[in-house]
Amino acid sequence: MTVQFPALALILLFPLIGVVFNMFFGFRSGRGVVNVVGPGVMFAAFAVATWAFLTLLKLPPGSALAAPLWGWIEGGPFHVEFGLRVDALSGVMVMIVTGVGSLIFLYSVGYMAEDEDFARFFTYMNLFALSMLILILADNLLMMFVGWEGVGLCSYLLIAFWYTNPQFAYNGRKAFVVNRIGDAGFLLAMFTTVATLGAHGVWTLNFVELHNNAALFGGAAATAIGVLMFIGATGKSAQIPLYVWLPDAMVGPTPVSALIHAATMVTAGVYMIARLGFLFTMAPSVLDLVATVGAVTALFAATIALVQPDIKKVLAYSTISQLGYMFLGVGSGAYASGIFHVMTHAFFKGLLFLCAGAVMHALGGEQDMNKMGGLRRKLPITFATMFIATLAIAAIPPFSGYFSKDLILEAAYESGHTGLWILGVITAGLTSFYMFRLIFMTFFGDSRVDSEKEHHIHESPAVMAIPLIVLAILATVGGWVNLSHGWLSFLHIRGTGNAFVRFLTPAVGTFKPIVEANLASTSMPLIASIVGIVLAYVLYIRLPGLPFLLAWRLKGPYDLLLNKYYIDQVYNVVVTRPLFWVSYYVLDRAVDSYMIDGTAEGAGLAVLTSGQVARRAETGNVQHYAFVYLLGALGIVAYYLFLVTGR
Amino acid sequence: MIPLSYMMSLSAIIFAIGVAGVIIRRNILVMYMSIELMLNAVNLAFIAIGSRLGSMDGQVIVFFVMTVAAAESAVGLGIIISSFRNRDTVHADDLTLMRW
Repeated sequence: MTVQFPALALILLFPLIGVVFNMFFGFRSGRGVVNVVGPGVMFAAFAVATWAFLTLLKLPPGSALAAPLWGWIEGGPFHVEFGLRVDALSGVMVMIVTGVGSLIFLYSVGYMAEDEDFARFFTYMNLFALSMLILILADNLLMMFVGWEGVGLCSYLLIAFWYTNPQFAYNGRKAFVVNRIGDAGFLLAMFTTVATLGAHGVWTLNFVELHNNAALFGGAAATAIGVLMFIGATGKSAQIPLYVWLPDAMVGPTPVSALIHAATMVTAGVYMIARLGFLFTMAPSVLDLVATVGAVTALFAATIALVQPDIKKVLAYSTISQLGYMFLGVGSGAYASGIFHVMTHAFFKGLLFLCAGAVMHALGGEQDMNKMGGLRRKLPITFATMFIATLAIAAIPPFSGYFSKDLILEAAYESGHTGLWILGVITAGLTSFYMFRLIFMTFFGDSRVDSEKEHHIHESPAVMAIPLIVLAILATVGGWVNLSHGWLSFLHIRGTGNAFVRFLTPAVGTFKPIVEANLASTSMPLIASIVGIVLAYVLYIRLPGLPFLLAWRLKGPYDLLLNKYYIDQVYNVVVTRPLFWVSYYVLDRAVDSYMIDGTAEGAGLAVLTSGQVARRAETGNVQHYAFVYLLGALGIVAYYLFLVTGR
Repeated sequence: MIPLSYMMSLSAIIFAIGVAGVIIRRNILVMYMSIELMLNAVNLAFIAIGSRLGSMDGQVIVFFVMTVAAAESAVGLGIIISSFRNRDTVHADDLTLMRW
């Protein structure tokens, strides 16, 4: 059942107002006004989204709210509407983006309190929220692509927010270019979709109509579209091989890392695959690819996070790792489990970044964990909330991460991906190890803070602390929605357990297990997590000298991890340098300077040279002209005399 | 009666003298006189052919030409005088400002 709900347009309108206001009037109105308008429009959008979501909950399962706004592209039989649609899937996503987004916007007020460019910051942030909401609320692929490009642009703008630092600007460009590669995949997938359906006389990109015509795709086309879409997802969601931009994106302001590079934008790929789940289900080989890439990325990034000294780098690789889990979930065919992890991850990873930001704020921008330590007494709120988030990401019950990660690993096991399940379990152990390493190095032990920063340490202001506390509550209870008597039990969802999953099932399809889960498979992830915590405790609390000894004894592997498997260097040699070489020597020097400029300048030079010669005829002497005139007149007379009359 | 060809030949000779004068002589005043010579050679041809054809048209056109020539010489002589006053020369080779 689809219900018309025009108020959905308000969810887009509010951030748009924020963009226009902050762009044109923000700086002149001053910081006070911007601090109200910037987060205010997000809270307004959140209110409308809540209203829409509650309306959706009252409808029977499988319903959707729709707001077709206007016809966008009319090309003969092919037409695209600018329309919004909220079903269970986009409803959950829009709640995450506006809800977590509002809190992060609020936090930004405190975090950016010293920055001169507050108006530009909130302009970009509002533009990001607008693009992300377009991506989620779109009822067709093309509109989704508009949002997809929009969030990429805002990501670039915000990574390079402090653009006066050339390294930051470079990292922004890197993110932009790497994302472009993925976007090309998305675009090609869209072309293939139109071509495949057009051959059958169906011209549409609308999700509902695509779903209804799924039978027309056939295995080959579904596989091609799936692979291309997944390339798009690897770019946006930072999976192997296109993950390299995300760690470098950490040079942006920390609220940006929390909002864009942890909670929302990077999960767009997971959302897109869940949205097109009917298509991916038709191409099992692509699903296997998705699951494999996800599991390998999860393990790969987790190993790098083990040794990084930079607090935000640890969290960045942790994000890549958690995104890998989400892809393992959707790749196993359990789309709901992936989206569930998107939600809990938005809570605890958003919170982790905000806490890291609070720590950096207290320490005057320090990011090196070797120069922290013993902060738990000085930053009690930050410590308590970050500890909760760490328990959540380490998948300790009853914190939220336990429920979603468990669901993903269960799905991986039940879908027969036993090898990938093992990778996932190992990653779970590594996750809790590196996260507790972060906690122990930052908040426990003796202080290693530079002495001149030591006495500046202060707890964050209320405007930053409140989002931390709210997110900590969400990170604790966020997973309970999937319990049998969870938050959603008042819905008309019968049966026991998996309330959240059954809520999403009409939108994303049912997961069909082929292997029975057993006690060992369900308890292994938890055991791995606890082992990780114990190891971190032993290494960083009980025997603080041991990590250095290990790093020294295992210098080879340690350096390999510390330098991120030298992937950046390999890409530099294999991709970047050849690309620069071709760009500079072939395209710039040969094609541009030589061929294009040569043609243009050659034409000018030819005119100039011929003019130099021809102007000698202009003597200025009237008699010379008269003589030429005479010759011409004689020529005309001769012509008529000998050729015309004489014939 | 004088044959037409005589008069046309005379007209052509006078015209050729005028052309030669314009191209060869360097004094602008002489060039100017040569132009008048060419105009009057044409006038002669007009009248000769008009009288041969028994038509008034040739004579009418001659009057027009003479009127125009008078106006032209008034303007032209003015230019020559002002050029002489300013540049102290009436030599065509010295008046070559309008060139590259």
